[in-house]
Amino acid sequence: MNLVIDISEETEKTTVNLSGEIDAYTAPKLKEALLPLTKQNGLIVEINLEDVNYMDSTGLGIFISALKSAKENNSQMKLVNLQDRVFRLFKITGLDAIMDINAAIRGGSE
Amino acid sequence: MDEVMNLSAATYKDLLEHYIKTQDEKSLYEVEKVSKNFIKNSKTPEEIVNLHIQALSELYPNLKEDFQHSMNFLLEAMIAYGLAHQEYQQLREKQYELKTEIAVAASMQETLLGTTKPDIEGLDIGVVSVPAHQMNGDYHHFVKGKDNSLGIAIADVIGKGIPAALSMSMIKYSMDSYPEESMSPRAILKNLNRVVERNVDPSMFITMFYAQYIPSESLLHYSSAGHEPGFYYNAEKNTFTEIESKGLVLGVSPDTDYQQYKLKINKDDMVILLTDGVTECRDGERFIESEEVLDVIKQYAHLPAQEMVDQVYKHFERLQDFQLRDDFTLLILRKIV
Repeated sequence: MNLVIDISEETEKTTVNLSGEIDAYTAPKLKEALLPLTKQNGLIVEINLEDVNYMDSTGLGIFISALKSAKENNSQMKLVNLQDRVFRLFKITGLDAIMDINAAIRGGSE
Repeated sequence: MDEVMNLSAATYKDLLEHYIKTQDEKSLYEVEKVSKNFIKNSKTPEEIVNLHIQALSELYPNLKEDFQHSMNFLLEAMIAYGLAHQEYQQLREKQYELKTEIAVAASMQETLLGTTKPDIEGLDIGVVSVPAHQMNGDYHHFVKGKDNSLGIAIADVIGKGIPAALSMSMIKYSMDSYPEESMSPRAILKNLNRVVERNVDPSMFITMFYAQYIPSESLLHYSSAGHEPGFYYNAEKNTFTEIESKGLVLGVSPDTDYQQYKLKINKDDMVILLTDGVTECRDGERFIESEEVLDVIKQYAHLPAQEMVDQVYKHFERLQDFQLRDDFTLLILRKIV
């Protein structure tokens, strides 16, 4: 299974739409796409995980480094529309408490 | 080497002559053997073309000059292939060397991180830990206190491969440096968190469950740093429940505090600790739900703890066609008195 990364830039924020699986094979690609965005001062990076049906712990690692990078560079990272299985990982690892996560698949990100 | 070449050269010439005359299958089969011998002795493509040219000129001294030129042309053309072939050979050797070195590193790691299952009166302990690749990114450790208490750590480093596995040694040595007994699970995690945060690559982190069992009170004190939740089996009610624990993974935020919980353990109760290699097992494209993990555990619950974990491991190994995707660690404690 592959991971498709689609980035759309709007005035207020940049949305990253992901679909597929995030694992050890696709994680480097995600890192390459995500880190430069979090390095832009003041940017809101919204990551839509609606079509991500599998993520392993390597994926968590990418989001942690993106979070650290966002903090250092004064940007913001938001995760939206997580499927249950993916959200569970954030919950177990306690990351849901320190990341901006909106898990609800329906009802948008607000 | 040259002897091989001369011998093969003679055979090659004979085979070629025979084949030109008869075109039979046998000479083709024979030349395949010669060819394998060339590979074994690292003969380059241009050497083989050269061999062919020599054999031809001996068999047909009056070959047309045009044809001879064309063969020399081919010889030149093969030289680049020869270089590529040599490079490939060198890479193969290099790869073999690396593999050997990793195997040495893996066995060193095994020695460094080795832990022995302690004998604790009234407890039956079983543990299995199997790496998916050469080096294990899972870690478990037992510490037997002077007061007969038992410290148990189970951890999973996220970020795969060798660097991840190496960072486990850091955890182990930090833990060894803590004064025995005086450390509560929450204090141990708080300390380790700082060590990991300072020393590990940002995309790497470690989950850990640390428990301390006090036999005199039949109490399990525990804290979790984002680790896959384990299960508690209540023998009286014959129920499994997820062991409640919340806490951030190690290495993300330097000033994290961990909550500590306690659990009363009665006779025949079990505590089941695992890593996500167990819950992330896949059956083809299907994921295993944690209920299924429990079903399998139940199936072997009548066995002693070590046989139980071995059987459960075998079950999931079979399910995944003996190809582990992730390191697999399962630890079971059962109170027997």
